[in-house]
Amino acid sequence: MKKIEVITRNYKLDDIKEGLTSLGIKGMTVAEVKGFGRQGGHKEVYRGAEYQVDFVPKIKIDIVIDDELVADVVQAISNAARTGEVGDGKIFISPIDDVVRIRTGESGSDAV
Amino acid sequence: MIQSGDTAFILVCAALVLLMTPGLALFYGGMVRSKNVLGTIMQSIIMISLVSLEWIYIGYSMSFGPDVAGVIGDMSHFALSGVTAAPSDTYATTIPHIVFMIYQCMFAVITPALITGAFAERVRFAPFCAFSVLWAVFVYNPVCHWVWGGGFLGDMGVLDFAGGLVVHLTCGVAALVACIAIGPRKGFRKRQFIPHNLPMTLIGTGLLWFGWFGFNGGSALAADEIAATAFVATHIAGMTGMLTWTVVEWYHAGKPTTLGAASGAIAGLATITPAAGFVGPNSAVAIGLLGGLICYLAVMAKNRFGYDDSLDVVGIHGVGGLVGTIALGLFASTAINPGGADGLFFGNPGFLVTQFIGIGIIGVYTLVISWIIIKGVNAVSPLRMEDNAEEIGMDTSEHSESAYQA
Repeated sequence: MKKIEVITRNYKLDDIKEGLTSLGIKGMTVAEVKGFGRQGGHKEVYRGAEYQVDFVPKIKIDIVIDDELVADVVQAISNAARTGEVGDGKIFISPIDDVVRIRTGESGSDAV
Repeated sequence: MIQSGDTAFILVCAALVLLMTPGLALFYGGMVRSKNVLGTIMQSIIMISLVSLEWIYIGYSMSFGPDVAGVIGDMSHFALSGVTAAPSDTYATTIPHIVFMIYQCMFAVITPALITGAFAERVRFAPFCAFSVLWAVFVYNPVCHWVWGGGFLGDMGVLDFAGGLVVHLTCGVAALVACIAIGPRKGFRKRQFIPHNLPMTLIGTGLLWFGWFGFNGGSALAADEIAATAFVATHIAGMTGMLTWTVVEWYHAGKPTTLGAASGAIAGLATITPAAGFVGPNSAVAIGLLGGLICYLAVMAKNRFGYDDSLDVVGIHGVGGLVGTIALGLFASTAINPGGADGLFFGNPGFLVTQFIGIGIIGVYTLVISWIIIKGVNAVSPLRMEDNAEEIGMDTSEHSESAYQA
């Protein structure tokens, strides 16, 4: 199993969710996060005074999937989130040792 | 002889002017960081209570009591003695004396509240209250008497329709003195002080504008032609100021902003205040334009001088009051208000000189007395918050409250 962690633009959430559910992904965790990468921050102006806002609001989506789905999922996320501009975000893929569903005690792929 | 129309109008105007103080609280509250929003609102709101109390006991009598040597009212109206439902012999003779008193009370309330924007986010509540009450007694009341209460400046011919000198110039000068004496916010010029809720500031702007119709319109003290003139001039200057600031900012900084539009409106409204009942609509456009432009430049200039007037009281209210008082010396016309004067553009340069004398005397007096009051209060109880308390924010450290629960 793998964990896919996506950090991307807030307004891409609905597109990504649609792409993933069409692949049969049944759950995800979404968090509002802030940070910066190559995109950097942005400038705001209040009464002529410029402020540099370093941390850009983003969303982080976590999903856990079986290994054979990884290529399709990464493709679906990329298709949904890509604008071609700096700031599209990143996808991190990491191994997961095990998953346990708390309600039933199932583990492994059954619990995903 | 009491006129019911005038009485109804001034009662409503008094309520409108009162509304400006909570409006100001929102205007300022939105511009500070979230940890200071309640502390900032509190500094405006508490004035309703403290200054009203001061006003009914001594403020009204000092300002509008029988004149002593052109300098101050005597104490014959102490605790509203003689201020009844019968009209005054001297002021606003068509409304109950007590209505005139409560209308003027609302001006006394908002003036020290305006100053608080200069030292936002860094003063302790108790010495702040002491400063404000002392300032109301020793600055607002005498200046009010000099201009409106039968004092020497009014006798000399200085005109101020609704408070360009008495309200805006005094609060602007006090704001400058206060923010220099108290010092900049911790981290000034290193850290960013971004407004935490501009929609709140815009609601405040709307309430201030609404209240300003009572502030300026009501200063005619009757529901008459002058009130109508003042009401219209007020709106015209507010909207011209808003447009001017927006256009100038768009050109100068690249984008038009909501805070800019709000700031321009307040600048235009403050600038028309001394002139509202003495000028026609075209002059009001010119005055709103001057207000929007010059106040914008004044706010930009702040960064060069390096003092931390947190919410631009000097640049918007002080400079607005100053520009409006001078503009009155230019644009006043007896064709609009026979009780006023003609300005420079209507063939009377002497009146402009008179206005400058008024500005000079009130400016210097306010500067000196505000400085003495601040130093005096500071010696007894420091105005400045301790470093740690300032970091935590006024809401928690001064009031044990927080505006927003996580």
